[in-house]
Amino acid sequence: MTVTAPRPATPPEIGGLGHSVRRKEDDRFIQGAGRYLDDIVLPGMLHMAIVRSPVAHARIRSIDTSAAEAIDGVVAVITGDALAAHGLAWMPTLSGDTQAVLATDKVRYQGQEVAAVIATDPYVARDAATLVFVDYEELPAITNPQQSLAEGAVLIRDEKEGQTDNVAYEWETGDREGTDRAFASADLVVSLETHYPRSHPAPLETCGALADIDPATGQATIYLTSQAPHAHRTLFALVAGLPEEKIRIIAPDIGGGFGNKVPIYPGYVVATAASLLLGKPVKWVESRSENLISTGFARDYHMRGELALSSDGKILAMRASILSDQGAFYADAQPSKFRAGLFHICTGSYDIPYAHVTAKGAYTNKAPGGVAYRCSFRVTEASYLIERLVDNAAWKLGMDPAEFRRQNFIRKDQFPYRSATGFVYDSGDYHAAMDEALRLSDYYGWRSRQAEGPTEDGKLIGIGLASFTEVVGAGHSKEYDIAGLKMFDSAELRIHPTGKAILKLGVKSQGQGHETTFAQIVAEELGIPFDQIKVVEGDTDNTPYGLGTYASRSTPVGGAATAMASRKIRDKARKIAAHLLEAAEEDLEWEPGRFTVRGTDQSVTIQDIAFAAYTNPPDGEEAGLEAVHYYDPPNMTYPFGTYVVVVEVDPADGTWKVLNMTAVDDCGVRINPMIVAGQITGGLTEGFAKANMQWITFDEQGNCIGSNFLDYLVPTAYETPKFTLGATVTPSPHHPLGAKGVGESATVGSPAAYVNAVLDALRRRGHEVDNIDMPVLPHRVWGAVNGVEAKP
Amino acid sequence: MYPAPFEYSAPTTLEEATALLAELGDEGRVLAGGQSLLPMMKLRLATPGHLVDINRIPGLDRIEHVDGHLQIGALVRHADVVDSQEIADASPLMASTAPWVADPLVRNRGTVCGSVAHCDPEGDWNSVMLALGAEVVAASRHGERVIPIEDFVVDYFTNSLQAGEMVTAVRIPRGDAGTAGKYLKLERKVGDYATVGVATHLRIDGGTIVEAGIGLTSVGPRNIKAREAEAMLVGEAPSSELFAEAARAAALASDPASDVRGPADYKRAVVEAYVRRGLEACVRQISEEG
Repeated sequence: MTVTAPRPATPPEIGGLGHSVRRKEDDRFIQGAGRYLDDIVLPGMLHMAIVRSPVAHARIRSIDTSAAEAIDGVVAVITGDALAAHGLAWMPTLSGDTQAVLATDKVRYQGQEVAAVIATDPYVARDAATLVFVDYEELPAITNPQQSLAEGAVLIRDEKEGQTDNVAYEWETGDREGTDRAFASADLVVSLETHYPRSHPAPLETCGALADIDPATGQATIYLTSQAPHAHRTLFALVAGLPEEKIRIIAPDIGGGFGNKVPIYPGYVVATAASLLLGKPVKWVESRSENLISTGFARDYHMRGELALSSDGKILAMRASILSDQGAFYADAQPSKFRAGLFHICTGSYDIPYAHVTAKGAYTNKAPGGVAYRCSFRVTEASYLIERLVDNAAWKLGMDPAEFRRQNFIRKDQFPYRSATGFVYDSGDYHAAMDEALRLSDYYGWRSRQAEGPTEDGKLIGIGLASFTEVVGAGHSKEYDIAGLKMFDSAELRIHPTGKAILKLGVKSQGQGHETTFAQIVAEELGIPFDQIKVVEGDTDNTPYGLGTYASRSTPVGGAATAMASRKIRDKARKIAAHLLEAAEEDLEWEPGRFTVRGTDQSVTIQDIAFAAYTNPPDGEEAGLEAVHYYDPPNMTYPFGTYVVVVEVDPADGTWKVLNMTAVDDCGVRINPMIVAGQITGGLTEGFAKANMQWITFDEQGNCIGSNFLDYLVPTAYETPKFTLGATVTPSPHHPLGAKGVGESATVGSPAAYVNAVLDALRRRGHEVDNIDMPVLPHRVWGAVNGVEAKP
Repeated sequence: MYPAPFEYSAPTTLEEATALLAELGDEGRVLAGGQSLLPMMKLRLATPGHLVDINRIPGLDRIEHVDGHLQIGALVRHADVVDSQEIADASPLMASTAPWVADPLVRNRGTVCGSVAHCDPEGDWNSVMLALGAEVVAASRHGERVIPIEDFVVDYFTNSLQAGEMVTAVRIPRGDAGTAGKYLKLERKVGDYATVGVATHLRIDGGTIVEAGIGLTSVGPRNIKAREAEAMLVGEAPSSELFAEAARAAALASDPASDVRGPADYKRAVVEAYVRRGLEACVRQISEEG
């Protein structure tokens, strides 16, 4: 059922669901008083700098560390051979491949880790790193998957037994035969070939580690920029062979993650090995350029999609084939059954009877990753492909793209809806979200304006839509795991005698506002004011096990665990209340924060109950008031929405400006609407960045173009359009609060809307153009207007 | 450290600075705003042995009238130009350019003269100076000399200063009545270098163009003065046909490279469009002054 936001059940001072309370964590963040990894200083701490490969592909002939070792203040220089002696020169990736920690045989991308210098001072370490001389025998560099899979291409992963080509994986899903039949009977087939370019989330804080292994006890305390500290602890135990009870991962405040802080990076492992070898704490913090060239990138998907259509505008089937550029190591973080992540969602918001997807991953001489940027379970790429295809189909059929979508949407009475690739969508009302977006954006007004022709100064008006469906909140443990660890999550809630509370979670905020949102869930469930609930995350010794924060899973999974733990506490509170009120449990009525004996004014507050739990527990009840819950979601959640973008395109220089960007999101019940709006605003900005300016390219030698903020563009307030936000609310039927994840919706949904808008502007002025790859750079638009292929 | 090791001096007089530069020869580099030099040092693309910081030398931060020119001292920041009434009065082109230079942070530190001396073909100011027929004032231990901008801008990151010389000011002719100017810049985002930048300057007297200046940014190994296009304009009455012709000539004078900002053909087309737009904007300015 779609409704507007319900009235909050709690007053503002309690701050339960639906209250846009200010974020508790912002007090310290806006004062510059956050405590990030690089703020942590330990006595006797050493500093590490990494020596990186300047070339994309080369055999290592020799490494001369003597000049670096001779520098005053240098304590050690570590090479891959030294790590190999401890079995640590290679490590597993989160997708079951292996990755070099420090290169021993070959370097496979520019920026790859080759050696590490440990010194008493970070500046000395960096200076000495320039004095490690590596003799490289250069090999041909492969910079795209077409090259990589071509006959006679040089083998990148020659160290892998049985690997005879550059294929990282092959995968397919859906019904090939049914899809073929539907295509054979189609009146019209529309196809699209497009590249979703490589980008990088470029979090404000780069990655780093501070490893502190006590030589006396063997206790390893590792401070880490980690979105998944518990999973990382287990992987450290498995990879480094350290006993898990002696590993404590602490993820302090994190300045943005976006998936970039999901993997375990070579720097983390080397810093830990260095601390173990040297018996002192070792800190490593990468520079901006190191972050951009070597850590988890995003996308780099070459996609071909087709829609089979009937002449009256019904989608009969979808076909997609993907060629993904994985870089030198396959380092996605995909659930092990899903080699191309959740690309199954490629049928999007549409009732498409048949679909078939094939995917192939290729190794190239580029940095590994593929894990990052607000959804790289590959939903971003899938959503982009279908939303671009749908617009192309509407254009070929001569239909308004909104009408075409309306006619093919899954209807709200079809939920739960099983898609052609086997996903079961939990709930949705796509028509309502689109209608709201059309209304808010004045879609038909803009269409009339567009029909009048170009603006006075010759600019072309274009209108683009995207009606995405996301799949988030992994996941139920039968299907979803990361490196074998099932994707549940956990909450541990303790109510103190004075009625205040501490909530400990297995997820980990990187700026999403968990300290507020999760406190609000407890406030909703127990009536304790949100600002009296301390939220603790990121310390594996002090929080329950969980898979961490990425893929918009914290609210769907960790949030559900919080609600369920709160409800366990409420059940016990009822027993204590009955004892205090000398009434039967079934005669008690709950309202947030209070039990009342039905039909009387006799009541006790949650604070009274908490005090009694420690001072006057009922006979036969354990003292205390705490609960733990491990939540295994029954299904994923499927947030959705419709975005409308209006642009004006200058045909003379190919630039385009956003005149209107309206985003209607439905993420189910909103816990803190202000935080949700913040997530969406950030995502729309990132979507704009990718559509407008942002990509990482490589020259023929494999040099990364995009290693600093001069070459890799991040939009500022100057470039970012103004957004109009709207909402519909379709609760998730299986989530305890009816909430769905929202962290990634706008990044996933918006790029297609921007691109569709620019193409619409051109098409309606007679320029037949099926595709402009992102980023939709001015010269590409100019090329489309002038009918010339404008490379690069 | 991020940069390679270097020495640092901060003289407090011009004499001290020029003596130091004479002594240091090629090892010495002047540090004014540092907005190009320091990022290059950070990436170790520049590794000067000795920085001579001129920020403590008094008097170099002035915008003043000297001998019928407007003189902009070596420590005048881009932001000072944005805010300057003298500039607005004397040079509509400079006033139009200043807000396009880099981003606000860089404008607060970076200097006009530093940008002129840097001779980066992607820098905005040298196109303006070429369009305006500016002069560079250079000082050394042996005294001062004035260098016409066309002789100063030699090549890619190369000026005509001699060893031991530093720029102390750049000066432009004062704009008389009927002067207009416009800088148009295509950039991927604020703070980016120009994909294409076009400086246009016109003075119209009695319906006839009496001065015309066109400078081009990021479309050649150095900033380009579109002389033929300028010559077509002078002595003529403004018209859209004339401007289209001049724009084509300016596009022919450009010599862009294909790179991540776009192919050469595209950049040439943008030069043409922007020269036309710039000239039209100049005419509008003059008619509005009326």
